[in-house]
Amino acid sequence: MRSTLVAAFLLWPALARGAPDRADWKRDVQPIFQARCTRCHGAEQQRSQLRLDSRTGALRGGLSGTVVIPGDSRGSALFQRITGVLQPRMPFEGSPLPAEEIARIQAWIDAGAPGAVDTEPPDKRHWAYRKPVRPEPPVVANANWIRNPIDRFVLARLEREGLAPAPEADRETLIRRVSLDLIGLPPTLAEVDAFLADTGADAYERVVDRLLASPHYGERWARPWLDLARYADTNGYEKDRRRSAWMYRDWVIDALNRDLSFRDFTIQQIAGDLLPEATTAQKIATGFHRNTLLNQEGGIDVEEARWETLVDRVNTTASTWLGSTVACAQCHNHKFDPFSQKDYYRMLAFFDNAEYRVEGLGDVVKDKWIVEPDLELAPPEVLKKRDVLKAEAEELKKTIDASDLGAELAAWESALAPPAPRWTILHPVQSSSAYAAVLEKKKDGSVLVSGPVADKDTYTVTAKLPRGAITALRLEVLPDPSLPANGPGRSPTGNFILTRLGLRAGSEPIALVRVAADFAEDGRSVAQAIDESEDSGWGIDGQQGRAHTALFLPAQPIGGGGGALTVTLEQYTGSAKSTLGRFRLSVTSSANPWGAFAVPEEIRKVLGTPRASRSAEQTKALTDYFRPLASSLDPARVRLAQVRRELDAIPIPTAMVLRERAGSERPSTPLRVRGSYMSPGERVYAATPAFLTPLPEGRPANRLGLAYWLVDEENPLTARVAVNRAWEQLFGRGLVLTSEDFGTQGEPPTHPELLDWLATTFTSQGWSTKAIHRLMVTSATYRQSSRAAPALIERDPDNRLLARGPRFRVEAETVRDVALAVSGLLSPKVGGPSVFPDQPDGVWDNPYSKDKWTLSEGEDRYRRSLYTFVRRTAPYPMLTTFDAPSREFCTVRRVRTNTPLQALTLMNDPAFFAAAKALAGRALRDAAPQPEARAVHIFRLATARKPSAAELAPLLRFYRAQAERHAGDDAAAWTMVASVVLNLDETVTKE
Amino acid sequence: MNDRNEWLKTVTRRHFFRQTGFGIGGMALMSLLDERLFAAAAPADPLAPKPPHYAARAKSVIYLFMAGAPSQVDLFDEKPKLRQYDGQAIPEEFVKGERFAFIKGTPKLLGSPYAFKKCGRSAAAISDLLPHTQGIADDIAIVRSMSTTQFNHAPAQIFMNSGHQIVGRPSMGAWVTYGLGTESKDLPGFVVLLSGENQPDGGKSCWGSGFLPTVYQGVEFRSKGDPVLFLTNPDGVSVDDRRASLDTLREMNALHRGDTGDPEIDTRIASYEMAFRMQTSVPELTDLSGEPEAVKEMYGVEPGKRSFANNCLLARRLVERGVRFVQLYHRGWDNHGTGKGDDIVNRLPALCREVDQAGAALVKDLKQRGLLDSTVVVWGGEFGRTPMNEGRNNSKFLGRDHHPRAFSIWMAGGGIKGGITVGSTDELGYNPVEDPVDVHDLHATVLHLLGLGHTELIFKFQGRDYRLTDVHGNVVLPLLA
Repeated sequence: MRSTLVAAFLLWPALARGAPDRADWKRDVQPIFQARCTRCHGAEQQRSQLRLDSRTGALRGGLSGTVVIPGDSRGSALFQRITGVLQPRMPFEGSPLPAEEIARIQAWIDAGAPGAVDTEPPDKRHWAYRKPVRPEPPVVANANWIRNPIDRFVLARLEREGLAPAPEADRETLIRRVSLDLIGLPPTLAEVDAFLADTGADAYERVVDRLLASPHYGERWARPWLDLARYADTNGYEKDRRRSAWMYRDWVIDALNRDLSFRDFTIQQIAGDLLPEATTAQKIATGFHRNTLLNQEGGIDVEEARWETLVDRVNTTASTWLGSTVACAQCHNHKFDPFSQKDYYRMLAFFDNAEYRVEGLGDVVKDKWIVEPDLELAPPEVLKKRDVLKAEAEELKKTIDASDLGAELAAWESALAPPAPRWTILHPVQSSSAYAAVLEKKKDGSVLVSGPVADKDTYTVTAKLPRGAITALRLEVLPDPSLPANGPGRSPTGNFILTRLGLRAGSEPIALVRVAADFAEDGRSVAQAIDESEDSGWGIDGQQGRAHTALFLPAQPIGGGGGALTVTLEQYTGSAKSTLGRFRLSVTSSANPWGAFAVPEEIRKVLGTPRASRSAEQTKALTDYFRPLASSLDPARVRLAQVRRELDAIPIPTAMVLRERAGSERPSTPLRVRGSYMSPGERVYAATPAFLTPLPEGRPANRLGLAYWLVDEENPLTARVAVNRAWEQLFGRGLVLTSEDFGTQGEPPTHPELLDWLATTFTSQGWSTKAIHRLMVTSATYRQSSRAAPALIERDPDNRLLARGPRFRVEAETVRDVALAVSGLLSPKVGGPSVFPDQPDGVWDNPYSKDKWTLSEGEDRYRRSLYTFVRRTAPYPMLTTFDAPSREFCTVRRVRTNTPLQALTLMNDPAFFAAAKALAGRALRDAAPQPEARAVHIFRLATARKPSAAELAPLLRFYRAQAERHAGDDAAAWTMVASVVLNLDETVTKE
Repeated sequence: MNDRNEWLKTVTRRHFFRQTGFGIGGMALMSLLDERLFAAAAPADPLAPKPPHYAARAKSVIYLFMAGAPSQVDLFDEKPKLRQYDGQAIPEEFVKGERFAFIKGTPKLLGSPYAFKKCGRSAAAISDLLPHTQGIADDIAIVRSMSTTQFNHAPAQIFMNSGHQIVGRPSMGAWVTYGLGTESKDLPGFVVLLSGENQPDGGKSCWGSGFLPTVYQGVEFRSKGDPVLFLTNPDGVSVDDRRASLDTLREMNALHRGDTGDPEIDTRIASYEMAFRMQTSVPELTDLSGEPEAVKEMYGVEPGKRSFANNCLLARRLVERGVRFVQLYHRGWDNHGTGKGDDIVNRLPALCREVDQAGAALVKDLKQRGLLDSTVVVWGGEFGRTPMNEGRNNSKFLGRDHHPRAFSIWMAGGGIKGGITVGSTDELGYNPVEDPVDVHDLHATVLHLLGLGHTELIFKFQGRDYRLTDVHGNVVLPLLA
């Protein structure tokens, strides 16, 4: 074998020289091999050890020896294979080569296999890691069809396959398709009519330009970007608290609308904060990487939580810009692609230099989480006022925490001694539950609660204010055999959580400044029942089944002239049904309400010890216990409460941003052995993956350098990945089907040269997203009808060859937006905080969150779906049903399913039925009164075209039957008709 | 040539199977391979039944998830030594460096206050708190050596369901439905039923589809309102109206199918017909009134109530109708002993009463209907409870803290050897000593019973081949019949 191989090498130049110079490797043969053979016999794979991606390789042959004998096509194994003389016939997969190509190959072999000597060794790197070389659009037979160079690439392939492109789509279809594609909304009837009436040669191009200039363009194209950015309005995980992320979302919409070049779009999102003189907008752009999940669960390791964040930032960057899936390199070198584990940590180092701190909640040590910077977007004077108040609050808190209370404490200690003050039991005149619990007055003045129990309830108790100034209110919580675990609470364990106790004399609110209880569970002190937080409250877990007492003292004695006293007991916590079960209220006028007060056990022990023999810890425990009770601190406490209220009332919108840690050293991170954050290894420094290009000359080795590298001309991936995603959005599938993976495990492109032509066009046109969209949608390829004969469906079910136009169900958000638009309900408002449209009850039930879905008012109920509040653990059901991701991680490509749950939603979701009703109303209002006219109007609004007679017939038949059934209620009958039309496959499909 | 064609088909099927996750629009491979091989199959229904990797022992699963974590030492793992040393401090070597959710200091051992009976052929000891389960001892296999890595409820439940403690991975039910599709034409393939104190702590992530297509996520049958969202027609729309509207819709869609030639419209038409069947079949399914009195009594069903018993009977009705994976969650079991409402003296027996009879009835009922051979039943929580008393805030009530190191579950049905126990723990029930079984092993075993190789059930995501068992898992051979 070796000898034949060598012989072939020695032989060919002589023959080549003698042959007539008609055929040529590069011109005639290489394109055929490239299109049909090199997938198995090329750089990636060398089946039978044969390579046909270079002339040298073709002449060298493979396992079974020489395949090309220059000058002798019939004797050449290659020729015998492509003609089927030798089995298996080649190409092994797909159809045989067309006769014309076989003839070209034959001529080339017979001519002595001429061609220039391969000067460079073939580039063995995977195609996607080589910089795209701008190809020349091929010559085609049917040049009349061509509208722009895209079509040449597509048609050349079709002609090779012996297929013809489809005719141009009807005008109605076309305007609906391009409207859905460019702004995500169907055209209005006026727009359709104008387009139908426009006889200008560039009528379509003018529609395209109008759409590209629409403010809704940015909304439509933000949608797929927000999937990549894993944009959401909550932190994720069990607690899933809200976050303020919408300004980033609006930045994306705005950037797309003003056609910010994809280069700057990238740089600002990766490192806007590091740009010289960074603007607020450029800082907001860094919200891209702040959309990571935030773990705030109890008992987590904050370092692990931060680690997860960094890992996600690396993975998302690689997926979004490099079309590369690097997650596996977290633990080991990539098995298939050249990403090494070191490359992974070099990438991670770019992100490991961002600023963060650790924060916790209350006195429960377990709850800690990572806090990254927020940008406060308020006028400077507002921020200044806030800072002044904040400083005052700090100062007050210091005063309260540090005051020496020696003498006052001693006085209080003696006041604790009996006699007990006289307590007057407040017999409720009125008592009620904000939920539906039943409050029953008992003879002893207590209130026993039964009936429905909720997670959140407020009891309001009103009693006659006794004569004499009131110095203290006493709340007793009491056990009762009717309660779970004997109470005093109604949770399954008998506990309760009192979030806030409020007091009013007449209509005047009374500020409570001092409070004490005989017992409180860890982290739920009774002081939490008079603070501003809705997250905290008094609880007695561990001592259920017995009575407990709390005292509440106002800053000044209350009233004295009788009247009504109203006590509100707010119980508003995440825990299940922790409301009070039995309680009693009393008041006293005594100057010393502390007499015989039952202090907690450990404090009683201290008090029982003579002052002189108390240990330092004991004294401290006692002082800390007494501090909230010291009347000398009342003014400070009152002022602090007021300052805090003022602080809460200052609205400061925030955006989540990245900020680099101070110091200019090169970012680095330890490599983690087997990907575990707990196993730090060798320290690696921020750098780009070794097998790709290095950082561009003169760029810093930080996030900003990374950003410039992503959009550097030498980067082989970014532009290809970006144009492929645009193609995917418009044509339903990418030229590289696996838009998330351009690596060796992904699919090779169906039209590699077109991909490279688009990528190089994109960069040479200044990375303009609008320009590349315009190019695509004005191509003849895009404008084809999507109708397909069965033979074509069978031949090419996925439309890889592009012999027809795209036809796909629209995405989740568009399904809803279309229904809102055609029914006339849609609000055109762009941007702003996320909204809460109609959603079934119970979707947000979550044992760890009291957050509630509060229906938006007015036009916010009918905003475009991209503004719908995204709660990660409880996504909007309609959107999930139509395959929207939960936004926990970067999603490059959504799946497209077609399920009965979707059918149920479109038929029965009250929001969709309301749209049907509104659509019917439009027809009744705007169309001529004949049923035909109304039916056509509804159908046109939904599909942009007039129904055929055959389509109109069943619709009218259905209308008549419904009109008969709803005798007298024409609107009801038309609502049913409109509902059918909203459910049509065509209505939810881009044709 | 013929050989190569056969080889190609095999490769194609396997590859096709792996790729179907990319959904209807995907079908990535079709034109790489000979299109004609598959032309007839498009468009595929992602829930259509698919053949297992190898001969299956069972075809459906009912997973009775005891969320909150039941106490193994009071139910399935009798420890006389624990009783003997009751009240004494646990030896230092057990708890040195150990992290607990609530226990502080050195805890004291807590013997079970309950008697155990030796039941069935294997004389497995089962607590008197579970008299009905004692009665099915010969049908179940008790695993006493389960362990997990998580000691908080939410991550432990998510780990138990998805093989990973952080949200984002598909749950077992989603994997199984992805692997096998479903045999029911008018019900979802993966159904979730909830009862008990509230939702499981892990929330919807417990039955999520992670990176798998959402069509594989568990469909929660709600106990309030429509069992399935939007099942009921809008007010004023009768069944006849719906039928008439669907006939109109179908006629118009079919006309358009003829016009466009897009076979996807056939799928849409079919999805509407299934939706219509669901409108009948789901209420029919959830209406238990037609069940014979004796059956209702056996389960302890209370019609109209949200209860574990009702859900057990529903589970049987679901697998009867070909549903692939049914998961019941009963939240409770978190018996810390901070009060009467969550201790092991008052609350634990009540919880046992809530599930014991119905769980045993389910096994018996499946058996008498010949369904037990084709259904895997699993009973268990997300971790176990400490052999020590928790004593939070010096509580006088007896209770146990979270214990991930060792706990018990039971399994029954298709391919499981009944009347055995697998694994054992040390004298205190603190650590497994024989045949330890971890969460991945349990997953591997359930998949195996369904004819799915846990190393072969793969989905590619972010450049990685993901499995339910990640890079772990061994089938627990002693469990197999």
